[in-house]
Amino acid sequence: MRFAVAVFPGSNCDVDAYRALHDVLGRDVEYLWHRETDLSGFDGVILPGGFSYGDYLRPGAIARFAPLMEAVVRFAGRGGMVLGICNGFQLLTEAGLLPGALLRNRDLIFLCDTVPVRVENVDTVFTRCCQAGQVLRLPIAHGDGNYAVDAATLAVMEQRGQVILRYCAPDGTVDEQHNPNGSVANIAGIINGQGNVAGMMPHPERAAAELLGGTDGVFILQSMVQELERRQHEASRC
Amino acid sequence: MKARVLISPKKGIADPQGTAVEQALHTLGFTGVRAVRVGKVIDLELPEGDHTAALAELTRMSEQLLANTVVEAYSCTILDEGA
Repeated sequence: MRFAVAVFPGSNCDVDAYRALHDVLGRDVEYLWHRETDLSGFDGVILPGGFSYGDYLRPGAIARFAPLMEAVVRFAGRGGMVLGICNGFQLLTEAGLLPGALLRNRDLIFLCDTVPVRVENVDTVFTRCCQAGQVLRLPIAHGDGNYAVDAATLAVMEQRGQVILRYCAPDGTVDEQHNPNGSVANIAGIINGQGNVAGMMPHPERAAAELLGGTDGVFILQSMVQELERRQHEASRC
Repeated sequence: MKARVLISPKKGIADPQGTAVEQALHTLGFTGVRAVRVGKVIDLELPEGDHTAALAELTRMSEQLLANTVVEAYSCTILDEGA
């Protein structure tokens, strides 16, 4: 099982993602520079947080055209698992792999905090290690995390369980008071219709060890690992 | 030829910057101001040629990169020489 952590000029959570998967979960991980075009031999891709290409024009707008992203789109099309975190989430919406867009935070403030988020759907390959309704404490660090999507698309996403994480109160109550950035329906993380591409503004890789202040992020990363193990096991039986 | 692409938040899309600017204008005493929307101006130069073809090219640029059409509207104009 090999993970690729994408590195764009301006990525700044690539090392965190590498360490979480390699040091904490003991998996093979490689950095892939944005000019790379080949994802063969990789089973999962992490698009990390940061400010790819300086966030010029819009977050993710330029990174979307990086050679590596063409490979990521093909990889996702074949059912490969892709997790976009923060800037990676913005990038996935710009690339059209996830619906909606991420606007400037409601209060125009760069948020750097640790917040509770409720797991809304545990029947996904990114959340299967979580309990239904579990509240995770995860770090956020973003200026553009205000998720927006048109009402019709949102209705379909809700119906299909594509909203996987919502900002909430410490007890799990979802309300406007506990919506740090103005996201529609308190959305903190979503998954695509096929279920193999997810994006989230909170940082699971920054909550992967007690030394970092928490381990709740491991639930997300471990879910990916479990799914890839399952796939490997199935492949070996064929 | 010189051209300009105007990008603005789509109708119905929240514009936190526009809201903040509107509140600041009210604080300054411009109390009648409403519906402030903050967008972007992208000026660029294209090879001289047919305006219709240039506008079609600007539209393709806007759709592919300059605007995020999920949340942004755009309009393209060829600027008059000397403007």
